[in-house]
Amino acid sequence: MNESELKDIIIAELAKIALGSDPAALDLDDNLREGLDIDSFDALNFFIALSERLHIDISEKDMGKLNTMGEILHYLQAQKV
Amino acid sequence: MTEFKMPSLGADMDAGTLVEWKVKSGDPVKRGDIIAAVETAKGVIEIECFENGILDEIFYQPGQEVPVGNVLATISSEAEFRQKASAQKAAEPVKVPEAVVVEPAKPAAQVVQEAMKAAIAQPAVSGDRIRISPLARRIAEDLGVDLTTVHGTGPGGAIQKSDIEGAAQAKPVLAPEPVRVPEPVSARPPEVPPQAPPVEKVAPLPVEASTEPVPEVKKPTDFQSAMRAAIAAAMSKSNREIPHYYMETNIDMTKALAWLEEENLKRPIRERLLPVVVLLKAVAKSLTEVPELNGFWIDGQHQVSEAINIGFAINLRQGGLITPAIHDTDMKTLDELRDAMNDLITRTRSNKLRSSELTDSTIVVTSLGDRGVEKVFGVIYPPQVALVGLGKITEQPWAENGTLSVRKVMTATLAGDHRATDGHKGGLFLEALNRNLQEVEKL
Amino acid sequence: MTLPSQNVIAEPQQLVKMTYREGMRQAIREAMLRDERCFLMGADVGRYGGCFAVSKGLFDEFGPEKIRDMPLSESAIAGIGIGASMNGMRPIVEIMTVNFSLLALDQILNTAGTLLHMSGGLFNVPVVIRMATGSGRQLGAQHAHSLEGWYAHIPGIKVLAPGTVEDMRGMLWPALEDPDPVLIFEQQVMYNMTEMVSATPVPVDIDHAKVRRPGKDVTLITYGSCLPKSMTAAETLAQEEIDTEVIDLRTLRPLDNDTIFASVAKTHRVLIVEEGWRSGSLAAEISARIMENLFYELDRPVDRLCASEVPMPYSKHMEEAAVPQPETIAAAVRKLVL
Repeated sequence: MNESELKDIIIAELAKIALGSDPAALDLDDNLREGLDIDSFDALNFFIALSERLHIDISEKDMGKLNTMGEILHYLQAQKV
Repeated sequence: MTEFKMPSLGADMDAGTLVEWKVKSGDPVKRGDIIAAVETAKGVIEIECFENGILDEIFYQPGQEVPVGNVLATISSEAEFRQKASAQKAAEPVKVPEAVVVEPAKPAAQVVQEAMKAAIAQPAVSGDRIRISPLARRIAEDLGVDLTTVHGTGPGGAIQKSDIEGAAQAKPVLAPEPVRVPEPVSARPPEVPPQAPPVEKVAPLPVEASTEPVPEVKKPTDFQSAMRAAIAAAMSKSNREIPHYYMETNIDMTKALAWLEEENLKRPIRERLLPVVVLLKAVAKSLTEVPELNGFWIDGQHQVSEAINIGFAINLRQGGLITPAIHDTDMKTLDELRDAMNDLITRTRSNKLRSSELTDSTIVVTSLGDRGVEKVFGVIYPPQVALVGLGKITEQPWAENGTLSVRKVMTATLAGDHRATDGHKGGLFLEALNRNLQEVEKL
Repeated sequence: MTLPSQNVIAEPQQLVKMTYREGMRQAIREAMLRDERCFLMGADVGRYGGCFAVSKGLFDEFGPEKIRDMPLSESAIAGIGIGASMNGMRPIVEIMTVNFSLLALDQILNTAGTLLHMSGGLFNVPVVIRMATGSGRQLGAQHAHSLEGWYAHIPGIKVLAPGTVEDMRGMLWPALEDPDPVLIFEQQVMYNMTEMVSATPVPVDIDHAKVRRPGKDVTLITYGSCLPKSMTAAETLAQEEIDTEVIDLRTLRPLDNDTIFASVAKTHRVLIVEEGWRSGSLAAEISARIMENLFYELDRPVDRLCASEVPMPYSKHMEEAAVPQPETIAAAVRKLVL
């Protein structure tokens, strides 16, 4: 899956979590929690959705480090999805 | 030369209408002659003259209405008349005296007026009674204006309508009193099937069942303003009526978070626990130890609730706040609690709460989570008697047993209703919360 | 009560200038011409033309049968009028002033006001009794009191107080049509007051007060000679941007609560102006009704401006000081709104 496909998936999942926001408008370096005003529950649900859609495991430790679009993209690519 | 004036022909005569001159200018007249006819309300009256001489200048013509006292004509002596005639029209204009203007006796009238005012002097008003007009009091109640904050501009500092309207404009208008009095909670309240909650509930959320995977974002306008009004009413009532006391304590969360991390490593992502699940469970357990904080103050009575239904403060993306109840928080396992919270948050955000969840909470917990600030001091949700505030967990220097280390620390606060409990109970609760969070494995 | 029938009321015509006195004179004439049961009776109403010249000329026009001079006994005059009315006539009884009417009070209260009740509804008393009232003519304590508020205390009678020429002219006929006793209080200070009125009589509603001047800041309730004074005060106040609503009661009994209450509910501030003495005055009654019904509409206590509680002085400046004047009315309104 190329970067833009991954990005589309991330944006689609974020949009489901952060209703009424526009994840596509975020830069790669923006903090998602702040930019989209999502809390820990939203974040967890986002990662759950992501892991189930892409069939990967996102560990507890990793979750805390994934704060920007860039970091998530990078992480997913490293997981070779 | 003398002036021949309109006579007063009766006490009620203001004016007469000149009907006819019986003589003309230049004619000689003598005392007792009828020289004019005047019509009054009592009929046409002939007017006689009281001088001897010559009718000189005439100022009014028949048909004209002449006020009493105004000069109708002048009567001159023969010499005067001839002199004037020879002096051509150099005759001095006879000044018509102005009608007597009687001052309306203003000073006297004012004295009378003032004496009347004094006669009905206001009775003394006792010091702690608010002087306010009935209308202003009614409007203040409608608008929810606190009278103790209004400056009166009426007589004696009385508050009047304009003062209330000014005060109401200066600060946000409160909605009518929240009618959110839970029934005394004993057993688990019956679950209300999903339906539109009554209007008086905290937020009028539409809760129709929806099969759409992605619920639409509701147009916020009406709904939001209604929620804003409800929050305004509840919080104002709280601040007005509840004497809050506040306490805080720092809790070392290092151990709890380590346990949680270890626990989560064993779990698939769907079953992982967030710190807030553990925190809520710890609060619920602490409340079983200090039950006085879990309940209501209604009609001057403290009612402790058997059920512990923690209202969990969920902020809405469009603005506003809902505190749906997690029924029997203390009876749930951590996994059950996680599922319950997950469900609740999802349904809150998608406007699918049940009315029982909106009305049944017995205490509110507000958790700032991993973002936000370190401390929160809450405003109790009436008629509840306490609110627990959990701050962001941060790394802080921690002194213990003579050594300094860095720990993950959370500040827990308690807002208590001093009518229902005292600081001692509050302290016991925070102490219990701390203890329970040091032993999360037992939760 | 019905208003004058259609055939008498012409289309609105041109206006003519008429005095308050002439208004009643024309009303009496028109009543005589319309209803042969009508006649005028009273002391000096015939050959002399009436103490206040209201009936001047009517004796010549209608003769002694219709314009009947009576002996100087108010009790007899009122009693005869009441008896005539009970026997099918429609007498217009003139009593010189309200001060003398106390001599007829027994007839008015104990007979006219009660007979319908005491006869079990058999006898009504369709008499009209007119009299002059009020100060302003330097007639002293003998002639210048305002006692109409006392009459407004009596059940069974209707009490009218025309404050305009139009009302003076238009109230008599509905009063004569009323099956019960009606008293008309004419302001002696206003007999010479002129006004442009319709050349033909305009029916006047004697059941309702009238808003003479709409306003939003304060309600000024008055009647009779205090009406023009109040209108003057209201104009003065308008220049100070105080918008005064002036209500002319017109009928003192029964009082028109609806008109009063509607105005007070709008302005929330009330001044009642009258020439009666303050204690136990009609103003007190109106004030009480407002308190009873509109307490939560009041932004200030109801205020009253009445006559000083003294026998009416003779000297002009003292007489003026004893009763409301445009200046004192305006001052009282200012106190209510400022």
